[in-house]
Amino acid sequence: MSKGNQVLEEITSKEYEHGWTVDLETDEAPKGLDENTVRFISAKKGEPEWLLEWRLKAFRLWQKMEEPKWPNVHYPPINYQDIIYYSAPKKKATLDSLDQVDPELVKTFEKLGISITEQKRLTGVAVDAVIDSVSVATTFKEKLGELGIIFCSFSEAVKEHPELIKKYLGSVVPMNDNYFAALNAAVFSDGSFCYIPKGVRCPMELSTYFRINAANTGQFERTLIVADEGAYVSYLEGCTAPMRDENQLHAAVVELYTMKDAEIKYSTVQNWYPGDKNGKGGIYNFVTKRGLCFGNHSKISWTQVETGSAITWKYPSCVLKGDYSVGEFYSVAVTNNHQQADTGTKMIHIGKNTRSRIVSKGISAGKSQNSYRGQVHVMKRASNARNHSQCDSLLMGDQCGAHTFPYIDVENNSARIEHEATTSKIGEDQIFYCLQRGIDEEAAVALIVNGYAKEVFNQLPMEFAVEAQKLLALTLEGSVG
Amino acid sequence: MLTIKNLQAKVGEKQILNGIDLNVKAGEVHAIMGPNGSGKSTLASVLSGREEYEVTGGEVEFLGKNLLELEPEDRAREGIFMAFQYPIEIPGVSTINFMKTALNEIREYRGLQALDAVSFLQLMKEKMKLVEIDQSLLSRSLNEGFSGGEKKRNEIFQMAMLEPKLSILDETDSGLDIDALRIVANGVNKLRNKNNATIIVTHYQRLLDYIVPDYVHVLYKGKIVKSGGKELALELEAKGYDWIKNEVAVA
Ligand SMILES: Nc1ncnc2c1ncn2[C@@H]1O[C@H](COP(=O)(O)OP(=O)(O)OP(=O)(O)O)[C@@H](O)[C@H]1O
Ligand SMILES: [Mg+2]
Repeated sequence: MSKGNQVLEEITSKEYEHGWTVDLETDEAPKGLDENTVRFISAKKGEPEWLLEWRLKAFRLWQKMEEPKWPNVHYPPINYQDIIYYSAPKKKATLDSLDQVDPELVKTFEKLGISITEQKRLTGVAVDAVIDSVSVATTFKEKLGELGIIFCSFSEAVKEHPELIKKYLGSVVPMNDNYFAALNAAVFSDGSFCYIPKGVRCPMELSTYFRINAANTGQFERTLIVADEGAYVSYLEGCTAPMRDENQLHAAVVELYTMKDAEIKYSTVQNWYPGDKNGKGGIYNFVTKRGLCFGNHSKISWTQVETGSAITWKYPSCVLKGDYSVGEFYSVAVTNNHQQADTGTKMIHIGKNTRSRIVSKGISAGKSQNSYRGQVHVMKRASNARNHSQCDSLLMGDQCGAHTFPYIDVENNSARIEHEATTSKIGEDQIFYCLQRGIDEEAAVALIVNGYAKEVFNQLPMEFAVEAQKLLALTLEGSVG
Repeated sequence: MLTIKNLQAKVGEKQILNGIDLNVKAGEVHAIMGPNGSGKSTLASVLSGREEYEVTGGEVEFLGKNLLELEPEDRAREGIFMAFQYPIEIPGVSTINFMKTALNEIREYRGLQALDAVSFLQLMKEKMKLVEIDQSLLSRSLNEGFSGGEKKRNEIFQMAMLEPKLSILDETDSGLDIDALRIVANGVNKLRNKNNATIIVTHYQRLLDYIVPDYVHVLYKGKIVKSGGKELALELEAKGYDWIKNEVAVA
């Protein structure tokens, strides 16, 4: 540590000693971000010293970094001093019945086919008749425990499994990886941790749904999943129900780590509030997701269905370090109205005989802008690397935009890289063909779009896929004609 | 069943149909012939409600309803089916899925419950046999990479599935080999009954050997200029259209 930093630290820790201990009683940090904010968060969560140090280091790095300007998205400058970085998990206001819930929301739920119980849970209506998720979650946890699987909140993991967190935290996404990852490292609120021991195949899809304390993980979520040798897990993130949040800025980090012969399948449905028809409001979603195929013959597969957020900046990536490791990226990104999405993937081939596959299906409607940005990098040592990329864009109407930015860096001659890209429109002919068979326009668009995105939906667990299809149709409702 | 009176229609600035009169009763088969560009497909499109075609005059009544007031999907649900001259491709959507969606939308309109998976499959198997079509084709993306003949046969399969009251077959025979022609014609014949009707647009007598029409009409410059029985088709086959064009010119 440089002399200057040392002095700085002394001063700031002093301030902490005197100025902040009292405030620990409050539920909310004051607006703004400085070292004290970081200390406050860490103290609030009762974190060990090493984690506080880690956060502070990230914070100092973040201060020297600049917000990336290269994504093809436009938004007014974010004032990082105007954000509240910590507020204690609030209990959701409990309503007595669904009648008290915004009828628009209920209508959406019905269209998505979400059960009444689930609707109640999501909107904070007291569910008493059914013992619901709590008991489910308990049996669920017991079952996982028998197999030695750890699945808990990030904070819990810091307390119960510090050795694992110490070892893997930041091992895939270094704290200074990018501006938003650094910010997350400094102020992350909570998230999920999952560890699958050697040789264990997780017998069910893991989803935060089953974590009772999953609510209100906040805007800076952090997820870490480790699959030990020969282990397998399928993990579901998000849900198709519309997610509203008063926090505009979301900067999550997800790290996946696979040992030899292990496999992680990570599926996301993202449906954050996209803003209104005129582009007002809406979530900024700046996520860093990366998987490290550390061991030979390991595999990481990302599947995402992105329909929400005003701005999406997201590149789930795979670092293929182990020989014969495999990385996959399947994506459907839908933008409507004034949404902007810049999303794609990076496949970094380091090991020999590594393979990657990219299937990206962009759908733009309204006045939205949808960009695919993908990098395939074959390093020197990666002989016989293979990549196949398929990037399709579907345009609805003539006021939206689709853009493709593929970057290919090959440092080994034996690599075989294939890139295909198409752009198409939903044809009047296709719509009319459907109409003539008695299928109305809305259903026709849903049918055509789901057909277009089928390859990606096929990767999702069955139930999730059905929901995702409905969601897609709902997002695009009224965008043709 | 269908009564067309003085129907006129245009596309953009181009007037294409210039006063069509046609009367189709349940149980009948009508053939419409005529030179290229005379307006046969346009008539089919207007009847099925294609937006680009603007009706500039006349009336169409279908089963007691004013057809021209109905949305295209409602016309289909009321029982109008068009076998397309050029069937459209829909990537990622199988014929099976397409038909399941169509059938259930039509059933909903008619106040019927959606078919469960088992009944649907049963119905499908039955209709597949009728038009001698292979399930592997029905599982593929609709019309994508289908041969010309496969597309046409698939149209007839769809017709069999939806059991329309009025079917309009637009050059369903073109692109079919001899065996396929016979199979398609057999399918159409098996689906015929006293409650439904068929309009066949064709250039060739050949098809009419298999599907024997009750009436043959000649469309020329957007008008039906001659009507007759099945022998009219033979006459056209033998003599071409020139004599009719001359008749029109004289008149
Ligand atoms: N969308 C359109 N835009 C412009 N012209 C059109 C359009 N549709 C049809 N036409 C014109 O209208 C006329 C009649 O076309 P139509 O397709 O109905 O003929 P047809 O009798 O079916 O011919 P064929 O035997 O070749 O199938 C043609 O001159 C055609 O070019
Ligand atoms: Mg034609």
